Amino acid sequence: MTETCCRSFSEEQYRDLDKVIAQYQGKPGGLIPVLHQAQLIFGYLPKEIQIRVAEGLNVPLSEVYGVVTFYSFFSQQPRGKHTIGVCLGTACYVKGAADIVEALEEELEIKVGETTANGDFTLMVTRCVGACGLAPVLTVGEDVYGRLTADKIPEVLKHYQKTEA
Amino acid sequence: MKLYRAHVLVCGGAGCLSTGCKAVLDRFTDEIKAHNLEEEVHVVETGCIGTCDLGPVIVIYPEGIFYKEVTPDDVKEIVEEHLLKGRLVTRLLYERPVSGGQIPFYNEIDFFRKQKRIALRNVGMINPEVIEEYIARDGYIALGKVLTQYTPEQVIQVIKDSGLRGRGGAGFPTGLKWEFTMKAPGEEKYVVCNADEGDPGAFMDRSVLEGDPHSVIEAMAIAGYAVGASQGYVYVRAEYPLAVQRLENAIEKARAFGMLGKNILGTAFSFDLEIRVGAGAFVCGEETALLASLEGKRGEPRPKPPFPASQGLWGKPTLINNVETFANIPAIINQGADWFRQIGTKNSPGTKVFALAGKVNNTGLVEVPMGVTLREIIFELGGGIPNHKRFKAAQTGGPSGGCLTEKDLDQPIDYESLVAAGSMMGSGGLIVMDEDNCMVDVARFFLEFTQDESCGKCTPCRIGTKRMLEILIRITQGKGEEKDLELLEELAQTIKNTALCGLGQSAPNPVLSTIQNFRDEYLAHIRDKKCPAKVCRALLQYTISSELCRGCGICARECPEKAISGEPKEPYFINQEACIKCGVCIEKCPFDAISLI
Ligand SMILES: Cc1cc2nc3c(=O)[nH]c(=O)nc-3n(C[C@H](O)[C@H](O)[C@H](O)COP(=O)(O)O)c2cc1C
Ligand code: SF4
Ligand code: SF4
Ligand code: FES
Ligand code: FES
Repeated sequence: MTETCCRSFSEEQYRDLDKVIAQYQGKPGGLIPVLHQAQLIFGYLPKEIQIRVAEGLNVPLSEVYGVVTFYSFFSQQPRGKHTIGVCLGTACYVKGAADIVEALEEELEIKVGETTANGDFTLMVTRCVGACGLAPVLTVGEDVYGRLTADKIPEVLKHYQKTEA
Repeated sequence: MKLYRAHVLVCGGAGCLSTGCKAVLDRFTDEIKAHNLEEEVHVVETGCIGTCDLGPVIVIYPEGIFYKEVTPDDVKEIVEEHLLKGRLVTRLLYERPVSGGQIPFYNEIDFFRKQKRIALRNVGMINPEVIEEYIARDGYIALGKVLTQYTPEQVIQVIKDSGLRGRGGAGFPTGLKWEFTMKAPGEEKYVVCNADEGDPGAFMDRSVLEGDPHSVIEAMAIAGYAVGASQGYVYVRAEYPLAVQRLENAIEKARAFGMLGKNILGTAFSFDLEIRVGAGAFVCGEETALLASLEGKRGEPRPKPPFPASQGLWGKPTLINNVETFANIPAIINQGADWFRQIGTKNSPGTKVFALAGKVNNTGLVEVPMGVTLREIIFELGGGIPNHKRFKAAQTGGPSGGCLTEKDLDQPIDYESLVAAGSMMGSGGLIVMDEDNCMVDVARFFLEFTQDESCGKCTPCRIGTKRMLEILIRITQGKGEEKDLELLEELAQTIKNTALCGLGQSAPNPVLSTIQNFRDEYLAHIRDKKCPAKVCRALLQYTISSELCRGCGICARECPEKAISGEPKEPYFINQEACIKCGVCIEKCPFDAISLI
């Protein structure tokens, strides 16, 4: 229980996870929903959490690991406070989404897949968020921004930088 | 239900949410209260109305007036002018993209006028969170009818007679699939709704789930009754949180109203639903991979047969249909197979929802009878190509499909005609491209997508698509050779014949179809080292026109690589070896003397 190795997760977070595990114990097909909840609780899925899920659901750790690595939604690395997802779906691509990625990489001084030094932003690409009519589109958390151009990027980022200050 | 003299429908679809429809909705509620109109005017938050690029969008009934790009500051005027004085707020009316002129009435706008809404019959018309609004539009009547008047065999007969085919891509006859599942031996069976909608550039299923979740719930219960299942699952992709939320809400309401759960509508039939959220893997849209994912495993496909209808979820007979397929069911039960057959074409009855996106004036969702032409969709509903550019191609079938060109514009669209044209129906994504899109680059884009999403289980897909991608990248970088085209076609055939699942088998399609239709464009990249659409950067050159250049020297000072040189007042030159194609010089030249060729 207390083999908290390296991360400062709170007791409460563990309790929340155990509650989720209890809810799905013995129910077939519960692994993915539990991992979704676990990622919501902890922000990502380090080894330690995977072990706890494996033991709790009584599935081999190798299976948990196999699932975590298969699905791009699950992350083994901590992410920034805000995850930016630039849509590289077809509709967005033909309307210049590649320029948006470039502008973000420049503005944030990171590459896709990386997190800014201050931990504010993680930059990811997604494949269609279903707002194709407004292409090109990006998401920050659950907020959607459409009809973008490269020069609108600083303005979008400002919303999130301000609230942090 | 209460009667109002006017209804204000405010679109609460994903597109309009991103342009601020919540604030518009709140302002309406406030203004209507302030003007004491609460008893007379009802404000409804709906699902996607369809014209997402004009959001926030509202429609006011009984007249059916369509207002676009409404901001909170416009609301007071709409209430005082339109709702109180009956005068239109003309500056917010829809304007025709090409010919110009305003159109106030929703059903006179080309985009809507040409539609035939069956799957989307309630989307954009009702509040998806209020089950009573669904019921008021004949919701759950089909379920009641089926449970009290039909045997499962009779239900299946109606679906078979309707000729409905799967809207998830393959177009398999839905009634047959139901029959196989019903006849498969086994006590326990499942009904699964495929809401993974992986085709990038498609959002039909999202709109149905967000705008009319009960139609899917009702259809799944009907399917459960027909095939003999008491449990269903809806597998929704993780990128659609709002759809999950609305569906969850709808399932709860349906339970509370006795439409789900034990002894539905007081009959012996019990059926319940659970939502499962995907985790970002395109291949999970493939039905066997989806079932593996539902079981909590890696979403890897397996060979078929056995088909899910005989061995599906946990090895039990499982019916799996797409969201749009399900959304058609209640309408077919209510209005009959003959009615449905009258719409569309002989072999593809009914309608298809397309997500119209890309280089087209009106983007959004359209539901049209099968058999309309691409020209009607793009140039009438879609209002043509923006900025007076030329139509070049339309991609259907997403990463598994191909492109349609000028020569296909007048072909009536159905499952067979699209395959004959070298593409496929797919789930309904329809991406329009203009002269500024490079088809080699588009092929590269799709292959990069499938390469990225290949689950890696079988070699042809994992390695084969990688080889193809490498060749395409080479071509876009000007390092292609003429024999590359043959090599691509050879690899494509091998992958098509040997990959395990539909993802791999169809991955080469966009490449084959672009080679077939745009061979010259490939050759321009390979032989002339040019990208005619000016997309492939490695093939572009910045050059200074000796006529336009005044020799001011600004570009030379700004170029980060010192690649530009010249004498004052004489034309300057760019050293192509040193140029990194950053484009700074183009921006800085005060005389527009620099261009990309
Ligand atoms: C790679 C791949 C991806 C697919 N993605 C989807 C999808 O996102 N949504 C869907 O409904 N069907 C998808 N399908 C088709 C499904 O396998 C299956 O045919 C469909 O869900 C059956 O439903 P229907 O008969 O109602 O169309 C996909 C197939 C393949 C090969
Ligand atoms: S074809 Fe591709 S996606 Fe399908 S099983 Fe093979 S490797 Fe996986
Ligand atoms: S900035 Fe334009 S006009 Fe001036 S030297 Fe360069 S190309 Fe010539
Ligand atoms: S392609 Fe970008 S939102 Fe659909
Ligand atoms: S989201 Fe409002 S019209 Fe599509």
